[in-house]
Amino acid sequence: MPVVKAVTCPVCGSLCDDIELTIENGRIVKVKNGCAMCEAKFLGYCCEHRVLKPMIRKDGELVKTSLKEAIRRAAEILAEANYPVLYGWSNTSCEATSVGIELAEEVGGVIDNTSVVCHGPSILSIQDVGIPSCTLGQIRHRADLIVYWGSNPWSAHPRHIERYTSFSEGRFEKSAWRGYVTKIKALVGRKKIQSAIKRLVLKKPSQISTHLEPTFVSPIMRKGRKLIVIDVRRTKTAEMADFFVQVEPNKDYELLQAFRALIRDQELAVDKVAGVPVEYLEDVADAMVSCDFGALFFGLGLTMSGAKLRNIDAALSLVRDLNMRTKFIIMPMRGHFNVTGANTVSTWQTGYPYAVDFSLGYPRYNPGETSVVDVLLRKESDAALIVASDPVSNFPHKAAEHLAENPLIVIDPHMNVTAQMADVLIPSAFVGIEAAGTAYRMDHVPIPLKKVVNPPRGILPDEEILRRILAEIRKIKKKQEAA
Amino acid sequence: MELLIRNGFVYDPVNGVNGEKMDIAIKNGKIVEKVNERRAKKIDASGMVVMPGGVDIHSHIAGGKVNSGRLLRPEDHFKDFERKTVTTRSGVGYSIPSTFTTGYRYARMGWTTVMDPAMPPLEAKHTHEELSDTPIIDKASYPLLGDWWFVLEYLKNGQIEECARHVAWMITATKGYAIKLVNPGGLEAWGFGRNVNSIDDPVPNFGITPREIIRGLCKVNKLLNLPHTIHVHTNNLGKPGNYVTALETMECVEDLADGDKPVIHITHCQFCAFKGDDWRTFESGAEEIANYVNAHSHVTMDMGQVIFTDTTTMTADGPFQYILYTLSGNKWVNHDVETETSAGIVPFHYRRKSFVHATQWSIALELALLIKDPWKILMTTDHPNGGPFIAYPRIIAWLMSRKAREATLKKINPKARSRSLLPSIDRELSFYEIAIVTRAGQAKALGLKNKGHLGVGADADIAIYGFNPEEMEPSKKYKAVRRAFKRAAYTIKGGQVVVKDGEVLKHMDGATMWLDVQLCEPCEIELNEDMKRRFKEYWTVGYENYPVTEDYLAVSHPITVKADV
Repeated sequence: MPVVKAVTCPVCGSLCDDIELTIENGRIVKVKNGCAMCEAKFLGYCCEHRVLKPMIRKDGELVKTSLKEAIRRAAEILAEANYPVLYGWSNTSCEATSVGIELAEEVGGVIDNTSVVCHGPSILSIQDVGIPSCTLGQIRHRADLIVYWGSNPWSAHPRHIERYTSFSEGRFEKSAWRGYVTKIKALVGRKKIQSAIKRLVLKKPSQISTHLEPTFVSPIMRKGRKLIVIDVRRTKTAEMADFFVQVEPNKDYELLQAFRALIRDQELAVDKVAGVPVEYLEDVADAMVSCDFGALFFGLGLTMSGAKLRNIDAALSLVRDLNMRTKFIIMPMRGHFNVTGANTVSTWQTGYPYAVDFSLGYPRYNPGETSVVDVLLRKESDAALIVASDPVSNFPHKAAEHLAENPLIVIDPHMNVTAQMADVLIPSAFVGIEAAGTAYRMDHVPIPLKKVVNPPRGILPDEEILRRILAEIRKIKKKQEAA
Repeated sequence: MELLIRNGFVYDPVNGVNGEKMDIAIKNGKIVEKVNERRAKKIDASGMVVMPGGVDIHSHIAGGKVNSGRLLRPEDHFKDFERKTVTTRSGVGYSIPSTFTTGYRYARMGWTTVMDPAMPPLEAKHTHEELSDTPIIDKASYPLLGDWWFVLEYLKNGQIEECARHVAWMITATKGYAIKLVNPGGLEAWGFGRNVNSIDDPVPNFGITPREIIRGLCKVNKLLNLPHTIHVHTNNLGKPGNYVTALETMECVEDLADGDKPVIHITHCQFCAFKGDDWRTFESGAEEIANYVNAHSHVTMDMGQVIFTDTTTMTADGPFQYILYTLSGNKWVNHDVETETSAGIVPFHYRRKSFVHATQWSIALELALLIKDPWKILMTTDHPNGGPFIAYPRIIAWLMSRKAREATLKKINPKARSRSLLPSIDRELSFYEIAIVTRAGQAKALGLKNKGHLGVGADADIAIYGFNPEEMEPSKKYKAVRRAFKRAAYTIKGGQVVVKDGEVLKHMDGATMWLDVQLCEPCEIELNEDMKRRFKEYWTVGYENYPVTEDYLAVSHPITVKADV
């Protein structure tokens, strides 16, 4: 059976590129090195929800049609529209996004990607403050302090810790894996002892258990690689951390500003910030200042809660300030495998990472005005093209409502909620499995995506479908001009 | 297709043509002896200046760093945008234009070849994707190799040949064109927030000095027979007193020169020609550098002219960018790349009334005018570090006209004015010399045989400017010079007219040049095996996914180089 090596996993922003796939009769039968999400995608992408024929809505019903007809209809809708929105892009290749931008420019629409509802605030803050960052290998080789804030990589980016941070083996920093295993063993052992004691000695069990606690005091002071997790709940990642700070929901901003004060050696006149005792915070701030290389990763827990972009503002400023004392970097934990790529392509072609409006013939950017949710809420769009995304199930209800009212073109392999509302539905190949392309990892490293199996008959990649729609639109426009 | 350019005043320094009235014949994208006069399309260039298409040896136009700069600065784009037309794509400027706009703007000025000077090897695909999206112009990129762990380790052990083989692998794998060194050793130190302070300051954890890196890579460059020299951004860049470092850097490879052939290119030299102990005692070190360059033939350099405007500084020199952030307090981006390099970005406004900025402006012009041989000092702004490339017409005017310099001198900081050497310099460059510093000299330094001249067999990349040197004197009519260079009357790229009267007529792809370095011994299998083994230790990307494949290049133009190892 042929085995394809060094395959890039098209699931999350970690873009692990060491996946090995075993192919049998044109199907993937075995996945090596991947996490649960990776396996699920490679083994289960050909599920019963897959759309295999282009469809068009006729009399309220989606009916099967030819690809040519679907593309013609899609082109008509976009060519007739005054202000269409083109949304999605984070789950497809950069090459497809590139055609998408050309298409948006041609029809004078708004092109926006999913960062508008995830790391959009991060981008706005970067535009205010800047960002000290690096590639993930730099963290693997050098970082002796890793902080995850409002993100839970154990569940959302399962191999992030193993490949790039605490458990990776670097030139200057060794993996903290052994320490973790010892800790887990100790924990399990302790629990066993405790339950044994409970069973044997019925009196005063609490005293003994407190006696056992001190071995775990202040792991933050120990040498070697340390992991700190700051979150509103004790996540899986928090379980394995050396130090966990439980912040009250929507109080991240206060906590960040408290850290900014502490690393400047200012004293806080309160006992608690965001529900955390100041002594705890002083320990964490100490660890931040005294590390050789620190890294702060933040997720949607920070971008989409409380002060939103102001949270990120504070986090970026904190890390920037930390560079006065030591080396520190910060990085957003990007979700979709190519959301970074969608931002990147959009930036080099239009100057702006998302929410780009071409209605005046040149790129305009003003999130809040030109971002797709706001366009929909104002009910301004009169057509929509959705590529590799499911906004109806994610957007605010009112925005989704207007989206469904628009003539709606969906290019997606799945029959998702948005696809069910479509007027034209064109099934596409899975990028990274059935179509090649390029994706950008969360640290902006471009990695090629492989085509490992053939798509079902007649199914094209996003890029090709978009090219055909664009060509058709140009044909229609030429005809109109001639007339 | 045949084309005939008639009666222009031709400036072609490589072939010694100095303003002679003559015809240039073009066939199939190349310059030829003659064409069928009846069939050929004719361009009347009478009363106009005809030059080879402009070449830019150092301009940050593509890649991760440039794009982070674009993302960082929406305010830079709001004031400067270009609408979509029937032939062209839309885009934005100003200091960091989007890719399409970059191509168009260069073409409008008559530039046809541009080198992106800083490509992090790990992110080479990104650079090439952007270069492929940069229309009209031909381009290439230099991989950053001065702090690559392989280089540091091999040079430390004195394994020059082994180092050369790996550098060859890297240049071919990243589709690069030359060896770029940025603050050698300093970027590795920056990985832990430190820097090196002189060319003899050892690099932490590696026990090697910048001097050894520069000399080592200079030897590697010679072993590989690369067309360009090593391209060096010196240590201590942007610090007062650093002209000493620049001199030391040039001196340290003096003995490696053979004959008159240059072995080192010091880039954006203005930024490393600072004298003085601190910003208050800051002054120009241009005279010292010029004296050295006038007495030696192993060096070429480019200016790094400062323009008084709002721009975005971006270099691979992470520690320097951090200093710039602390000086300016502006927003700051840092991006270190594992095992290879780093990068930093800080928006910056050069002000006429600032003593330091005005002195910087003066330094670059002093360098260009005090260095006697124009083949040694090329015109750049280190786009966008000194200012955006669209300011080239202004620099040409300053170089050609004492009057233009005086007009600007009048408006700058008085202390900078009184200390400037410019009032004492009478030299005014001729069109012939301008053709050298903007094209012929650049192409020669780069080793581009078919660019920068109009001899038979050269690429038909030609710029025609609406200025009549018989009727007007450029030193007096400097504003007319500026206008002429701002909007070329014609730009011809590969034999096709792409710009007329400053308007882009055609959106077409330019080629990406890269070196296919062929080692003389068949050791490639061993080399690949060695790389494969060590890949996991060094990078977080797999060996198979690292190299840039040719399909990332819109038009691939490989140049085969036979190495001596």
